[in-house]
Amino acid sequence: MGLIKIENMVKRYPMGKTEFTALKDINLSFERGEFCGLIGPSGSGKTTLLNIIGSLDVPSEGSATVLDRNIENLSHIEAARLRSKHMGFIFQTYNLLPVYTVFENVEFPLLIMKVPEDERKKKVMDALQWVGLMDKIKSRPAQLSGGESQRVAVARAIVKRPELVLADEPTANLDAKNSHNVLKMMVKLNKELKTTFIFATHDEKVIGYLRRKIHLIDGKVAKDEIVN
Amino acid sequence: MIMFLLKGLIRDKSRSLFPVLMVSTGVFLTVFLYGFMQGIFDDFVKVNAQFDTGHVKIMTHAYKELFDQMPNDLAILEAEEMLTQLQDTEKGMIWTPRIQFGGLLDIPDKNGETKSQGPVMGIGMDLLSSDSKEKEILNLEDGIVQGRMPQKKNEILISEEFAKKLGVKVGDAATLISSTMHSSMAMYNFRVSGIVRFGMTALDKSTIIADIRDVRVALDMRDAASEILGYSRDMIYDDDGMIKLAERFNKKFFIEDDEFSPIMLSLGEQRGLGEYINLGKSFSGIIISIFVIAMSIVLWNSGLLNGIRRYGEIGVRLAIGEAKGTLYRRMIYESIIIGIIGSSAGTMAGLLICYYLQHTGIDFGNMMQKSNVLIANVMRTRVTTTSYVIGFIPGVIASVIGTMFSGIGIYRRKTSQLFKELEV
Repeated sequence: MGLIKIENMVKRYPMGKTEFTALKDINLSFERGEFCGLIGPSGSGKTTLLNIIGSLDVPSEGSATVLDRNIENLSHIEAARLRSKHMGFIFQTYNLLPVYTVFENVEFPLLIMKVPEDERKKKVMDALQWVGLMDKIKSRPAQLSGGESQRVAVARAIVKRPELVLADEPTANLDAKNSHNVLKMMVKLNKELKTTFIFATHDEKVIGYLRRKIHLIDGKVAKDEIVN
Repeated sequence: MIMFLLKGLIRDKSRSLFPVLMVSTGVFLTVFLYGFMQGIFDDFVKVNAQFDTGHVKIMTHAYKELFDQMPNDLAILEAEEMLTQLQDTEKGMIWTPRIQFGGLLDIPDKNGETKSQGPVMGIGMDLLSSDSKEKEILNLEDGIVQGRMPQKKNEILISEEFAKKLGVKVGDAATLISSTMHSSMAMYNFRVSGIVRFGMTALDKSTIIADIRDVRVALDMRDAASEILGYSRDMIYDDDGMIKLAERFNKKFFIEDDEFSPIMLSLGEQRGLGEYINLGKSFSGIIISIFVIAMSIVLWNSGLLNGIRRYGEIGVRLAIGEAKGTLYRRMIYESIIIGIIGSSAGTMAGLLICYYLQHTGIDFGNMMQKSNVLIANVMRTRVTTTSYVIGFIPGVIASVIGTMFSGIGIYRRKTSQLFKELEV
């Protein structure tokens, strides 16, 4: 079985007295090591789909199985545990913890997982080495550029070597040069660590790096293309 | 993780400094108020015990009913026999007879004519016996500002304000005009051996202290005493113990129908002092409750503001897999740390000021010029073992309650909105 399997999935949100259908009849599967994106305009349902894959939300109908777990059946604590152990998240606006250093920000997911100190230190250093920020380990987020901050966010996402990294518009706040640097780094990590990356984006720069593009329009999969 | 949280707390001043300041201020006030009220209540009880009520007091049944009028015609007769009996049966107590009396004090000039005169409140007590503890009980020697303690027959001490008012000096004669216990007129000459400052407006206004033997002669009260006071040997009032002692005595001696039968009352059963004692006991609870509520509200608001400021951080923590319950608990751990640090600082500051005021006191004498209540003019704080810990109760509880309320928002966050919320 693949990493993620979504079958006949529908997601509805209450909207006043009626309901708004954000995702309709979604059938998708993802394998380990993919580098793919959910592409579409605003309101097309890409973030909603990312939420469900990330166990931040549940489907209204159908099923979503992520890492052999049915998302719709997970309790709040089980969902949190799934995210903590197996997923990394990258946000549009980095969301680093401002009072902690780069090292401590990257260390934080490992603290939640209660990883022993020696192992934690090694993993943090490895992650910072992958993203090329060894010279910034004692810096605070306010002392970093946008590109550097997003690299810290990437390090925080991959430090626990998750099977899956979910990124929502990761380059939206970066200039072209920094965007390419961050994306190249993600491609490298994807290859070296075999980590699956799923993006929600409409940024052409990101789209250019994707090996699989899933186009969403009005909550439906319009096209699912593999790029060779 | 605790170290990680501590680092965050120390570095984020708005998360630590303001709550710590808030908690330490509240704790400081709690410790100070507790010490101050403890000092006032203890002093009030102590002063009343020293001059009026004893830890227990024996009177006749009839005297008890009219004690405000000092009705010496209803005094205890054969007081020495009762005293001996008490000393034999209740060895853990110091027993001492007293006569309270009122009248006029007349100060003659060199020709024997009245120079000045004023109403007087007098206490006759055993001042001349070598084994008498009265001087220690009342701490009289320390209060003498001129002259000396009475050392021979007919010598008296007079209060400083009263002496000023009457123009009396040490060595002057003073005539007591009063009534005997048989209701005939009494006139008796004393000589002032010393002027004493009680430090209590009610006593300083118009008090004389004489040896009980002289007062018995003056008021024709042979072998009588208005009252017999009992004090525990360590001079610490134990309410329960004294109530039991009084019950024991009354069971043996008190006869309901006999108005001259002796009755023993504990300090708490006299002049409503029991209510003051209970108030004193419950005061710590009242202070703690007030400060827990007040500080909780302020810290709740501070927590809400912090929740807004840390909105992104909390969102990220939820997204990367920290369970809501864990996050909530960790915020409460933070509040416990804040509570302990703030309480320690506040307790230290509170204890410092309490120790200082325990030593120096605050003089409220000018505000009590017309006071008739037996209360010391210089009010002092009192540091007790409880003073060291009392602040931690409101400090830690308020900090935790404030965080518990403000942290409820964590449970209201929808994880499905996190990506959207964290875009901003």
